[in-house]
Amino acid sequence: MKLKTLILAGTALAFTGSSALATDLTLVSWGGAYQSSQKNAYTDPYTAENPGITVIWDESSAEAVAKLRAMNEAGNVTWDLVDVVASDAIRLCDEGLAMEIDADVDLAAAPDGTPASEDFGDLLVSECFIPQIVYSTTFGYRSDIDEWGGKEPTEICDVFDLETFPGKRSLEKRPINNMEWALLCDGVPKEEVYNVLETEEGQDQAFKKLDTIKDNVVWWSAGAETPQLLADKEVVIGSTYNGRLFALIEEQKQPVKMLWDAQVFDLDGWIIPTGLPEDRLAEVKKLVKYATDTQRLADQAKYISYGPARKSSAPLVGQHASLGIDMAPHMPTDPNNAKNTFLYNYEWWADYRDDIDAKFQAWLAQ
Amino acid sequence: MSDTTDGQVLTTQDGKPLKAALRRALRREKLRAFLLIAPLLIFVLVTFVAPIVDMLFRSVENGIVADTLPNTVIELSKWDPASGEVPDEVVFAALYNDMVVAVDQKTHTRLGSRLNYEQSGISSLFRKTGRRIKRMDEDGPFKDQFIGADKKWGDVATWQVLQQFSPRYTDGYFLNAFDAKRGPDGIEMKPDDQQIYMFLFGRTLFLSIVITLSCLLLGYPIAFLLAALPLRTSNLLMILVLLPFWTSLLVRTSAWKVLLQQQGVINDFLVWTRLIDDAGRLVMINNQTGTIIAMTHILLPFMILPLYSVMKTISPSYVRAAKSLGANDWTAFWRVYFPQSVPGIGAGAVLVFILSIGYYITPELVGGTSGIFISNRIAYHISSSLNWGLAASLGTLLLVAVLVLFVVYDKIVGIDNVKLG
Repeated sequence: MKLKTLILAGTALAFTGSSALATDLTLVSWGGAYQSSQKNAYTDPYTAENPGITVIWDESSAEAVAKLRAMNEAGNVTWDLVDVVASDAIRLCDEGLAMEIDADVDLAAAPDGTPASEDFGDLLVSECFIPQIVYSTTFGYRSDIDEWGGKEPTEICDVFDLETFPGKRSLEKRPINNMEWALLCDGVPKEEVYNVLETEEGQDQAFKKLDTIKDNVVWWSAGAETPQLLADKEVVIGSTYNGRLFALIEEQKQPVKMLWDAQVFDLDGWIIPTGLPEDRLAEVKKLVKYATDTQRLADQAKYISYGPARKSSAPLVGQHASLGIDMAPHMPTDPNNAKNTFLYNYEWWADYRDDIDAKFQAWLAQ
Repeated sequence: MSDTTDGQVLTTQDGKPLKAALRRALRREKLRAFLLIAPLLIFVLVTFVAPIVDMLFRSVENGIVADTLPNTVIELSKWDPASGEVPDEVVFAALYNDMVVAVDQKTHTRLGSRLNYEQSGISSLFRKTGRRIKRMDEDGPFKDQFIGADKKWGDVATWQVLQQFSPRYTDGYFLNAFDAKRGPDGIEMKPDDQQIYMFLFGRTLFLSIVITLSCLLLGYPIAFLLAALPLRTSNLLMILVLLPFWTSLLVRTSAWKVLLQQQGVINDFLVWTRLIDDAGRLVMINNQTGTIIAMTHILLPFMILPLYSVMKTISPSYVRAAKSLGANDWTAFWRVYFPQSVPGIGAGAVLVFILSIGYYITPELVGGTSGIFISNRIAYHISSSLNWGLAASLGTLLLVAVLVLFVVYDKIVGIDNVKLG
């Protein structure tokens, strides 16, 4: 009898204890090196300071928009904080699936007191979006190709130059970025690209330019493909995210170099799903405020070569945690790399994505 | 007998009519049988049939316009889209009232992304208008204010789309799935450079048939061998057949990449043996060849297993009898053994065909651009473009295509002629 009471009391205590002390937060991210950089820079120090919090990772960011929509329809959202690219954040905000935030209230100010809205600046591209990093989609090329006769690609249009730089290229299996690069290399000035792309003739012009290399392109859909294709010598030039190329060049020591010309900046960050219960929301907001402060964003750059989204974090970027090399020159935002960059137009693509993607897929299938 | 002819009814001992008593007994029996299967039936209905029906229903469902802009839809129904003029102030006033409510509930952007599937630019139109609506003068006139907020409100095409998609049910998704659209003069095909789905359906069917045939070609001899060998050896071979079956799909697909790519194992070997020169390396992946090879390998066990289980039941004495009656090896096989193995071929072929028609991971990874299936587009619309209506209508078409093929198969081969063992 005594024993039974003791067990019962113990169980009851354990239950109340766990609900009062421990909170499980489910964070959704991309897996791989990126997720572990977030774990090292944000959540490990946070859970060390807040022993009641447990972080559970879900590697679903690639399908986050669809899954969140399905969860919302089923009335059972099980995620607390979701990492998505900016264009997905805009969609989620449009669909009413992400919560609007007030940057100056919900996010920490810079150490010198600059309010968050100013510190993040233009990168707050949607009312729901909390930026973390700036990454870029850019090219890497092999530096050991004999047929090139010692020449190396120096500008974006060399990707379209099959005579000087023969060999296969890898490009992403979607119109975004490819259409812009094609127009840039067909003589359209940078500031005119989206105006031209808005017209039927402009789209045809871009497809015509892409036609010139179509037979020499391997199309990728996962970010890991281009590094693999470059390492296998399957392609000689390929586009992918700059962090992937950093890992290929610096960690795996492959004979590959970066072609930063006309790199396209993009953003990745958090959104908070709508409809979280009050107490969870409070916990999530606390975590977000901590994870996006100046020091945490700068810390993340120790683990991966993506630029912090805050202006105030840039001077704090140090050395890689295990390689011991300076990270600043590997950031897409470094002045040497960002001599010629292309700005991705979120609003424009939100409008034209469905239409142009249908045309792009039809063009691919021909 | 004579009783009934006299008009008298047969009764049971306690005086009830025999027919009714029998019927009741039978009904009780049926009810009991039904109750026994009821849990399973309910389970299947709830977890399988209902979600599919719900998904299929999305292909015609279009309540979002009428729910978000109820007053505008009513006023707009009086407008003549052929007039070439933008609707009048009444419609704009209704739009203002609806938008105020929609912005408050944050549903206007959702409507914008829905209508953006039909015409590019509507997504930002609603987002922009939503931001401006609070600053509008609530006493009107609204027409100029809306056009001032975004000049697309002054464009007849915007209103045509809005009116066309006002009804609660739409055939728009299905038209889209057929590469068609509703133009000013009724239904018309899309321009050539935008037609893709019918082409992809055709390719999916064609490649699935090729994959089924190559599975049959490769699987039949193996199953024959397995069935003919003594149990000890055949068990070992069986494990070899099942081993890839237990390996992750992604691992097997990646292995094919390593083997087939231009700097891969097979090409390296061919260059080494001087069968081809370095410049003439074969392209075997990121095209249809890659899809056919990888999918044949992945689906092969689904052909071998039903074939094997049918062949196992064919008694060797039939072939022996045929031979003792003077048939040579080929005649004995073709006239006696093969016809008995047809039910296994039927089962294997149906299984492989239906599995391959809905495959998308392998084509996505090794298919490049010429080896992708319609299911890749369905996956894209589900997870990336969020156009679930279009995905649902493509899925419905795929389902109907499979059912039609199944009926044709039943007519030609006969569904009774399918055996899994």
